[in-house]
Amino acid sequence: MITALYVALSHDLLAVIMVFSANSLLAAGMFTVMDAVDVGFTEAAVGAGVSTILMLLALRCCARHERPGPRQWLPLVVVVVTGATLVYGTMDLPPIGEPDNPVHLHVAPRYLEDSGREIGIPNVVTSVLASYRGFDTLGEVVVVFTAGLGVWLLIGARRRDDEP
Amino acid sequence: MIRDVVILRVVSKFLIPVIMLFALYVQFHGELGPGGAFQAGVIMASAFILHMLVFGLESTRRIVSVTWLRACAAAGALLYGGVGIAGLLLGGNYLEYNVLATDPAAGQHVGIILIELGVGLTVASTMVLLIFTFADRAPR
Repeated sequence: MITALYVALSHDLLAVIMVFSANSLLAAGMFTVMDAVDVGFTEAAVGAGVSTILMLLALRCCARHERPGPRQWLPLVVVVVTGATLVYGTMDLPPIGEPDNPVHLHVAPRYLEDSGREIGIPNVVTSVLASYRGFDTLGEVVVVFTAGLGVWLLIGARRRDDEP
Repeated sequence: MIRDVVILRVVSKFLIPVIMLFALYVQFHGELGPGGAFQAGVIMASAFILHMLVFGLESTRRIVSVTWLRACAAAGALLYGGVGIAGLLLGGNYLEYNVLATDPAAGQHVGIILIELGVGLTVASTMVLLIFTFADRAPR
């Protein structure tokens, strides 16, 4: 929360990137505390590690300090209204951990009870991601591949042309 | 980039193999413990990125060239799609692993290990490719 406010208010982009990385690390710790070790893993590696370096490298292409412009109030209003709507929405959510929540009644029992027999591996997350939801994961891989290819084509491939 | 910091160079030489080993552990242990190919790919990429940060872009590019990275990224995605096609050819649905071996559970194992390999390959090489592209673009 404090780190997010600092990111929004500071004009020193290098400090913003560092605080952003710390924010990711805190979020990773939070995910781990909430028993989502897989998500915490990903957040620590991608959010705190790779994307920080990516932003640092991008920062080398531009100036370190943000130019102070006129204060704009419309974005603040939009953000506050959206945030208030989301908080209002969470009031209707069932309490965390109740056994008869909708999320525990749909397909989750089948995954938990049958995946050991059908897939035969102990990690249910892996069997859901790789087998039951194989199509989605295929889509994710193609998205990652396409994103990398797009970046390379946009700013990597052009460089080869200017070289003699 | 950093050529005169001895501590960084020595420590990262120790760390890079450990990071790679950990990535392989996460990759092949993903079906038993937490983690999986996405995480393993990023961890593997971070080993190369650490090498690039400490020893410079040129020396890392001598280890893995951009051509190789592009080929690996495409090969991973193709491996994933190819497992699906293999399931089709063996008489199942697309991405149905039960038909890949005689025993359905063994088929699931084969399928999951293969697609995780594809995911890890694509994620690792795409990440390194991204960082290389940006590092190449940045003024020195």
